Amino acid sequence: MVEVKRKKNTFNDIVNKIGFPTIFIGGFWILLLIAGGALGISVITLLSDTIKRAGMNGILVLAMVPSIQSGTGPNFALPVGIVCGLFALVCSIEFGFTGWAWLFVAIAFAIPLAAFVGYLYGRLLNAVKGSEMTIATYTGFSIVAAMCLAWLMIPFKSPNMGWFIGKGLRETIQLDAIGGAQILSNFLRFSLFAEEGLIAVNSDTGIIIPTGMLLLFLICCVIVWLYFRSKSGIAISAGGINPKFAQSSGINIDRCRIKANVLSTILAAIGIIVYSQGYGYAQLYSAPLMMAFAAVAAVLIGGASAQRAKVSHVIIGVLIYQGLFTTALPVANQMFEGTDLSEILRMIIQNGIILYALTKVKGGDN
Amino acid sequence: MNNTNTSERLKTSSTRVSTWLADNIVSLIFVAFTLFGFLVSDGVTMNFFLTELSSRFFRNAFLVLSLIIPVVAGLGLNFGIVVGAMAGQIALAIVIYFGWGGVNGLLLTMLIALPIAALFGFLTGMLYNKTRGQEMIASLMVGYFANGLYQFLFLFVVGVIIKVPNTHSMIKPDGVGVRMTVDMGAHEQGGLKYALDKIWEIPFMWAILIVFAAILLLQIWKIIRNKKNPGLYRYNMTMTVINIILCLVMIAISLYAITTNSALMKIRKVPVITGLLIVALCIFNELILKTKLGQDFRSVGQSQHIAEVSGIDVDKTRIIATIMSTVFAAWGQIIYLQNMGTLNTYGAHTQIGMFSVAALLVGGASTQKAGVKHAIMGTLLFNSMFIMSPEIGLSLFGNALLGEYFRTFMVYGVIGLALGLHVWRTNKKGKATLN
Repeated sequence: MVEVKRKKNTFNDIVNKIGFPTIFIGGFWILLLIAGGALGISVITLLSDTIKRAGMNGILVLAMVPSIQSGTGPNFALPVGIVCGLFALVCSIEFGFTGWAWLFVAIAFAIPLAAFVGYLYGRLLNAVKGSEMTIATYTGFSIVAAMCLAWLMIPFKSPNMGWFIGKGLRETIQLDAIGGAQILSNFLRFSLFAEEGLIAVNSDTGIIIPTGMLLLFLICCVIVWLYFRSKSGIAISAGGINPKFAQSSGINIDRCRIKANVLSTILAAIGIIVYSQGYGYAQLYSAPLMMAFAAVAAVLIGGASAQRAKVSHVIIGVLIYQGLFTTALPVANQMFEGTDLSEILRMIIQNGIILYALTKVKGGDN
Repeated sequence: MNNTNTSERLKTSSTRVSTWLADNIVSLIFVAFTLFGFLVSDGVTMNFFLTELSSRFFRNAFLVLSLIIPVVAGLGLNFGIVVGAMAGQIALAIVIYFGWGGVNGLLLTMLIALPIAALFGFLTGMLYNKTRGQEMIASLMVGYFANGLYQFLFLFVVGVIIKVPNTHSMIKPDGVGVRMTVDMGAHEQGGLKYALDKIWEIPFMWAILIVFAAILLLQIWKIIRNKKNPGLYRYNMTMTVINIILCLVMIAISLYAITTNSALMKIRKVPVITGLLIVALCIFNELILKTKLGQDFRSVGQSQHIAEVSGIDVDKTRIIATIMSTVFAAWGQIIYLQNMGTLNTYGAHTQIGMFSVAALLVGGASTQKAGVKHAIMGTLLFNSMFIMSPEIGLSLFGNALLGEYFRTFMVYGVIGLALGLHVWRTNKKGKATLN
């Protein structure tokens, strides 16, 4: 009797430690993988796609960590950073850079731009304390809409980006033309369980590991992880946990919040450049509008809450989230032909998890 | 002494002007924008503008009005009216499927929508109680979340679980799911298009005449009431006089147009019954505040804590407010769709929350204060901007697409700006009292 009780307790402990949503959605993914295998879909291809998409989205999800830690909540204004990254990206094309030079110039230009914009955004968030999440969402939406005007009016001349007729930039810019597609993903790429052998270089079968992209993601993770162990990072976390206590111990909360959101915006800008090269296309106009929600959902699935997030949550979350939806698409199509179930599933899970996290936010009585 | 007095008075009047400016900045931007549109674009005639505006007004006003009660009850701007709109569309789909139409069909749609919307409102209300303090972002997310469930219902459940014949005109050819667009049928052939609007129509200028005559009577009644019991009601002589003059001018214009049968008479006729429904909701929103329930809404909106202490069931009151808003939104969506004539199954509801909220904010409402006046003014101003922006894009830059993007920017920008300004000023006020 006693033993049973203790056993149950340890089970509950594990659930509590990992988090119910993580276990539930992770379990669902594994179920789908098994179902996919049973239906004759190549599990290796599914895993390969999962890794590719996790690598593409990783840094965007990582951008959630600083803002959550600083107490401004998940960065619903991710599009602010994203448009900075996209702007740097198109500038780099316009100045005629190709290949690796294009990538480095884009990132090098994106960082100061995002830092400046992130600073302004941080100032804004300090002015609207208490309603950060709502205001952030609409800041993001407004920026995307304003940039739609900018993309249409920008006087760029590069033939790789313009419409064939008229002014403005194309909706999707092919990065093939400037040698930028998968440039980072293909760096030191190799395959596991390929037809040529257990580990094969330059093979298109098996689980393809886009080493360069994953490396950059991991480097960013380590930087964020280290930063939150430095004095300045700990101050940010302390301000997020208990602002009043942190204030009384001499921490300048407003500055911490700005710093965190500058970091978050920079990560978003780098993230979209990595995303675009992995995808092979840069998507302008309204494409970034809803990207924040996917990133927020991913970090929450990894076990973060609207107030606490760790780098480990990002890695687990982005794997499960991207894994679930890369798997759901072919499996759902096989099971129920002609329906768009995986997109519906994505909407329900992605927005459901955000709602779930919102119910856990300590509510303030006005 | 005298000098300081004057300077003080000057100072207060200048601060009054600046607060008035800050209160109405969003509305002013929109007025300026519309006027600017008239200046630069010569393609827009007064007739075209008023025809568009009046049809858009009768389409959208009911939805915007459905937002007022949650604001009073302290829930903020309910982006979750999207859920209500879905309830309305589900009811509409049922009615179209069985081929009912005409006025009776429309009434039946509203009747079917009532329990569905009430249930949805109850559920969202419970959710808002769990996400206290974050209702606005929660209401935005609940719209996206419910959209997933809605698509699941219309694309999968209809056909796979509920068997339907694939020969039906609203079902996709493969027998699974509802088509992207469903034609509602003209009301003459027993369909639902214009089923409400075409019951009774009167010329636009007559409507103007009647509306402003009614406002004039209301103002006179206010003066008489104030004479009888001075000081009992809030009363502002200058505003009343301005209103009366405005009414007289509008009445004169409409009488002139009617008697001379000028070009203004060519504006599309207005639907009376739809108008009456809008007026009824306006009156309902005003009257409910005078009841016990309305007072509960107000006290919960001011402070949940004090309301709780004085014995009001806060959670229940908030749920009731959400249910009301959701049901009105469902009816509003039905009114909207009978005017459109086609049910855009997967797109008609998605933007409703955003546009309605933007309209209310343009009218000068905030997250804590909203009234009928804001809703009506907001709907007019917001839709003016909507009509003008492609025209401005076309005439200034030779590109109507630019105007479309600008329109989207205005919608998001207005919501962001109005919310941001409001929070910023509340925070500043809070700091000032603390100091």
